[in-house]
Amino acid sequence: MAAQSSPLYRMRRVRGRLALGLSVAAAAFGLAWLVLILFTLLWNGLAGLKLSVFTEMTPPPGDAGGLANAIVGSVLLTAIGVAVGTPIGVLAGTYMAEYGRHGRLTTVVRFVNDILLSAPSIVIGLFVYEVMVAPMHHFSGWAGGVALAVIVIPVVVRTTEDMLRLVPDGLREAAASVGTPRVTMITKIAYRAVRAGIVTGVILAVARISGETAPLLFTALNNQFWSANLNGPIASLPVVIFQFALSPYKDWQQLAWTGALVITLAVLGLSILARLLATARTSK
Amino acid sequence: MSVHETALPAAPSPGLPIDEKVAIRNLSFFYGDAKVLKDISVPLYRGKVTAFIGPSGCGKSTLLRVLNRIYALYPNQRAEGEVLLDGEDILDPSLDVNLLRARIGMVFQKPTPFPMSIYDNVAFGIRLYERLPAAELEDRVAAALTRAALWDEVKDKLRMSGIGLSGGQQQRLCIARTIAVSPEVILFDEPCSALDPISTARIEELIDELKADYTIAIVTHNMQQAARTSDYTAFMYLGDLVEFGETSRIFTHPHERRTEDYITGRFG
Repeated sequence: MAAQSSPLYRMRRVRGRLALGLSVAAAAFGLAWLVLILFTLLWNGLAGLKLSVFTEMTPPPGDAGGLANAIVGSVLLTAIGVAVGTPIGVLAGTYMAEYGRHGRLTTVVRFVNDILLSAPSIVIGLFVYEVMVAPMHHFSGWAGGVALAVIVIPVVVRTTEDMLRLVPDGLREAAASVGTPRVTMITKIAYRAVRAGIVTGVILAVARISGETAPLLFTALNNQFWSANLNGPIASLPVVIFQFALSPYKDWQQLAWTGALVITLAVLGLSILARLLATARTSK
Repeated sequence: MSVHETALPAAPSPGLPIDEKVAIRNLSFFYGDAKVLKDISVPLYRGKVTAFIGPSGCGKSTLLRVLNRIYALYPNQRAEGEVLLDGEDILDPSLDVNLLRARIGMVFQKPTPFPMSIYDNVAFGIRLYERLPAAELEDRVAAALTRAALWDEVKDKLRMSGIGLSGGQQQRLCIARTIAVSPEVILFDEPCSALDPISTARIEELIDELKADYTIAIVTHNMQQAARTSDYTAFMYLGDLVEFGETSRIFTHPHERRTEDYITGRFG
């Protein structure tokens, strides 16, 4: 009883309330901006969301049109990025978690990978420009896809390594104790135990690259017209949004808002999918 | 108190053929620079259960982990000396450890079902080394589950995940998985310490039934368990083998003072 009236106790209560108040305020501040951004996006984007957005090409100023070429371009570029980046990322992550877990190389690779993970994406765009676009003398969808792959790799390396490290040593020992070779243990048991986690990592990487603009500016460039030719410049949603949003034309600005909404909804869908997969893993 | 003196087996009962399935000779083991097993010599007799007892940290689990070279999964661990399986040194670096582990199975303290169906858990080890027709594989799986006293509980849900079973069932699944690959020796590393008394009793019965076909080593913290399940007992302390002999003799007339102190509960 004496403890409740002591100045120390009152001080602690005040400090506790202060900390709680500050935390709530900070959380509310952050959330408010998020809600504001989403609301603005919905308000401005929904106005232009009609079927023609998905069926018509990007128009010249003043004409009606859609984003069909940009959407298809984005899907192609993202697909290349994932197709190239995922195997490399999974294999590297597997090496780090399984084969080279105690090795020096793993420490070095992890450090470099973390740098790559936080590298400004425009630097990656410039890098791919130097190694692919400049020697080939033209912008191309392939270069754009490779630039996106360079962003995918560190994300997938990180998730694969982290997930495989969650596999208990007991499971590895149990596998070894029936005479399982290491490669079989990894592919048949460890991957199976963390499959949902690795897939989640890949989906998060997709979400990340589907909104990237900077690496595409110097690689895939853009294309006003319908093109699925990966050897030439190709349109993508983020670059079209970038171009249209900066333009003085009202209808272009409207398409930019709608494009932003389309990307956001696609990424939201993917995140929900990732979350569902993650819950499927934990409930199993 | 020479270790070798007590390490020599007591004369076997007359008329009973007895031989060393596994002979551990002058085995030392190191974690980095720390020597945790000191010149251990002890046999595992064919068709018998040998229990390893001793306080925590005495090296009994480490000893077991040498016998199928599971320690080799980790860096900075090494064994010196000889471990002969039917006369062949399993510490030979050129030996294929996966083939060795198919011959010397292991059941762990924590049940470790693989993330797959009950059926696939048991079939996993068989599929590694044998390509069987489906019907034959099913027979092998059923036989292993029956042997592990789990068949009646799971025969209607073989396609369900092994992770959904209870702890005691999971442990019997792991035993089924181990015997499915037809090993010659089975190592039990505190197989009951995560289980309730009823599951424990079932596993102990099982060990008793299995010794007809397998040579068994069991590490346990539970002295009643050692007394109930084993034919021979080895008492270890701080990396030394203090005493080895027939279980009935060790628990009634231990030669060593430290053995007596431990089994009477004075320390440990």
